[in-house]
Amino acid sequence: MIAHIDPAKLIFGRLTLASLPLHEPIVVYTFIGVALGGLAVLGAITYFRLWGYLWREWFTSIDHKKIGIMYMVLGFVMLLRGFADAIMMRGQQAIAFGGSTGYLPPEHYDQIFTAHGVIMIFFVAMPMVTGLMNFVMPLQIGARDVAFPFLNNFSFWMTVSGAMLVMASLFIGEFARTGWLAYPPLSDIASSPDAGVDYYIWALQIAGVGTLLSGINLLVTIIKMRAPGMTMMKMPVFTWTALCTNVLIVAAFPVLTAVLALLALDRYVGTNFFTTELGGNAMMYVNLIWIWGHPEVYILVLPVFGIYSEVTATFSRKPLFGYASMVYATVVITVLSYLVWLHHFFTMGSGASVNSFFGITTMIISIPTGAKIFNWLFTMYRGRVVFDLPMMWTVAFMITFVIGGMTGVLLAVPPADFSLHNSLFLVAHFHNVIIGGVLFGLFAGIYYWFPKAFGFRLDPFWGKCAFWFWVIGFYFAFMPLYVLGLMGVTRRLNHFDDPSLQIWFVLAAFGAFLILLGIGCMLVQIAVSIMRREQLRDVTGDPWGGRTLEWSTSSPPPPYNFAFTPRIHDHDAWWMMKKYRYQRPLDGYLPIHMPHNTPTGIILGALSFVFGFAMIWYMWLVAAVAFVTMLVVAIAHTFNYDREYYIPADEVRRVEQARTELLASHV
Amino acid sequence: MSDMTTSMTPGGGPTEALRFHESRDYHPANGTLLGFWVYLMSDCLIFACLFAAYGVLGREYAGGPTGPEVLELPTVALNTSLLLLSSITYGFAVLEMQRDRQKPMMLWLVITGLLGAGFLTIELREFAHLIAEGNGPQRSAFLSSFFTLVGTHGLHVTCGILWLIVLMVQVAKKGLITANKRRLMCLSMFWHFLDVVWVGVFSFVYLMGVLP
Amino acid sequence: MSAHEETQHAYDDHHHDHDDLGIHATFGGYMTGFVLAVVLTIIPFWVVIGHVFDKSSTAAVVILGLAAVQIVVHMIYFLHMNTKSEGGWNMLALVFTIVLVVITLSGSIWIMYHLNNNMMPLMDPSNLP
Repeated sequence: MIAHIDPAKLIFGRLTLASLPLHEPIVVYTFIGVALGGLAVLGAITYFRLWGYLWREWFTSIDHKKIGIMYMVLGFVMLLRGFADAIMMRGQQAIAFGGSTGYLPPEHYDQIFTAHGVIMIFFVAMPMVTGLMNFVMPLQIGARDVAFPFLNNFSFWMTVSGAMLVMASLFIGEFARTGWLAYPPLSDIASSPDAGVDYYIWALQIAGVGTLLSGINLLVTIIKMRAPGMTMMKMPVFTWTALCTNVLIVAAFPVLTAVLALLALDRYVGTNFFTTELGGNAMMYVNLIWIWGHPEVYILVLPVFGIYSEVTATFSRKPLFGYASMVYATVVITVLSYLVWLHHFFTMGSGASVNSFFGITTMIISIPTGAKIFNWLFTMYRGRVVFDLPMMWTVAFMITFVIGGMTGVLLAVPPADFSLHNSLFLVAHFHNVIIGGVLFGLFAGIYYWFPKAFGFRLDPFWGKCAFWFWVIGFYFAFMPLYVLGLMGVTRRLNHFDDPSLQIWFVLAAFGAFLILLGIGCMLVQIAVSIMRREQLRDVTGDPWGGRTLEWSTSSPPPPYNFAFTPRIHDHDAWWMMKKYRYQRPLDGYLPIHMPHNTPTGIILGALSFVFGFAMIWYMWLVAAVAFVTMLVVAIAHTFNYDREYYIPADEVRRVEQARTELLASHV
Repeated sequence: MSDMTTSMTPGGGPTEALRFHESRDYHPANGTLLGFWVYLMSDCLIFACLFAAYGVLGREYAGGPTGPEVLELPTVALNTSLLLLSSITYGFAVLEMQRDRQKPMMLWLVITGLLGAGFLTIELREFAHLIAEGNGPQRSAFLSSFFTLVGTHGLHVTCGILWLIVLMVQVAKKGLITANKRRLMCLSMFWHFLDVVWVGVFSFVYLMGVLP
Repeated sequence: MSAHEETQHAYDDHHHDHDDLGIHATFGGYMTGFVLAVVLTIIPFWVVIGHVFDKSSTAAVVILGLAAVQIVVHMIYFLHMNTKSEGGWNMLALVFTIVLVVITLSGSIWIMYHLNNNMMPLMDPSNLP
């Protein structure tokens, strides 16, 4: 037996030169482009001698603000990748009619729509939501960092590691061709023997560990680290929604972990959970993964509701209308989100009683969501609304999300769902709520908190260009899909026979092109803003007339966030401080206890990438070595008890003195 | 907190009593134990899925052996008693820890670890026996879900033992400092949590599995 | 946990936070838990091995009921669960988790049972012609 083991197989597994997709010119050109771009970036970092700086100040940092920013960068980079997939699909569907097969062969097209879904949900929306919560929430509750700062860094690098695996699949082997939830039996080993589904499984498992740990971390932070006086009902609404989101993360991601582990066992060990023989039941996979999948939708949208609440109150110059009802609505959504999962598979055949139960719960969940919309409207009502970029995105959201919500209620009716299931109507619906809800909100949040993070605002002109291209592009791209869906066109097709449909797809492709221009404007905006940063500088720390504590400190905040822990008397703490003409203390500084930076997180992240890659390609020896090394590094880390240091009072005085001078020079 | 009463009544107009920052050093309470509890709750949901899989697939024998044919109650009774005993011995270790008596505590930890290892040995023998007879996890959906559920619990016990060893080394090196005590309490929660899961396993899988 | 206590605690020097662990285990508590656990383990084994009930469903209900009681015993005596630890958050987390576990288990079984009934009627011998 031993004699038959080929050492090369132990190291390289099933990875051979033939695994490289050299026969697909599109992939080869992409690879060359990415490689040149990557080399340019690496070269620039080396040329400007930034490696040491990046390593010391960012990669090993356990500062929640820096980790939050790194999450946002990851999300934005992956947005570019996910959007590239999107526009390729739109291009293909616009031209592949009748005799024309388009430019994407089916097996490539299938990978693209799978990668698009996976990337957009797991590696764009999730990192951005986590990033904003990471950056903003501790500032809002007056804390100096999160409850477990090292864990925060580790979570981030696990997410990066998962994202890197998805990116690697583009050039080494292939990605899954199964759709973003990888339903068996299509995803089992008999139907998908190649490495695609394994990339999917390991990327999500590794990133999932990061998400779960980050959820626990932020949850405990909110519970334990609020500044004195901040009772639960005095927390800012964004912090409330972050709390509920993290509760959902902690309660939902284990389900994803478990169900993907079962799928992995089917593929690697040969068990029969979801196979079509020996008692396996593929529908059980569909059932389990949606127990995670539905709460996931609310994981994305709840914090974004929090962003809209902050933005609406700030830019209407009024306290949020119905704070308590907002909180209760959020909590109700949190619980209800666990009772609706079957609406994703009404057509599977559970029958009338089951379908009607889940149809009704789905309709009920629209009530608290509707209450929120009214709260935002009433906040704006008779307010002095200032249409800066964050508020523009918020208004665009309200209109777009209501449309998406109503089509959602339509889909919640089981008989309607029977004809719309798996159609482009569904695709239009969930893009309508995820782009119109989550992404618009993330943009609102980015524009809102960018000056807090970097000390200068983003350029409004290019921001407005981006806004209009995005919003108009969105409607052009997705309204035609509703029409097509009602005509019965199903999703995930790369070729159509009926030429009368083509005009709708051309319209949708035009919409995607407008969105491309919107993204281009955003990139220009970032460059222009960096160049014009002196004109856009925020010296006050409070560029928008904010209401919550993050605006009470400088922009960007010092590493310790607050020289003195704030004391809270009511919600809108900073608004109240301003009303009472609060004066910053100018002396009496104390040394501040802060955690040390550590490279363990990035090392573990890198090792988990190696481990995941080795498992995907059956490199058992490499996988074992990587796993044991991870274990050793993690255990060694626990032997380090000396994890904190003091920022001396003199240093605090120096930083605060500089701020005092800055404030005085700009009165 | 002399200013407590005045500071907690906002809205009375701008008075000098309202204080907006802490002039003393402020330390939020440590969140490790709560965080670990929350982690255990998330672990609960992993097990919930595995139990659900067993609940749905546990009677899908696919012509293979049935529950009463493969589940041996005497073995599981022995295993249950080992795990239950290990729970109480860990409890004794915690009692010694509270009294800061390191040596007896270590002794109870060693006994706990040995009981856990005994549990694992018996479970692995049961698995090996089943696989040798051709009744491995590949045989039927019933056996897949059985092996996965029981095996995941066993994997947790393995992690617990590994953690126990690491923690004993750390206590030996650093003594019963607060950080180590906190870790011992986390492991205590983990260990008792595994016992709770095992109650579900022997009831739902073994006892109900052999019912006709 | 009142706000006052919390604030007071927060000023304690963090090097002396022994009480931070918040758990005061007693020998009596552990022994009570252990004896109860042993009894609650022996009864269901006896129910099954001794074929105490004729109907499997009765036995199943008894086993599950005893398991639930035993889990509560473990929670109280071994995991020191009460409504006060960590300001009630431990309990809240536990209750929420139990609700979700029940939803996951019963929901999955309910859905899959109906599905099997509707989609695979031929698997049921009583539906055969």
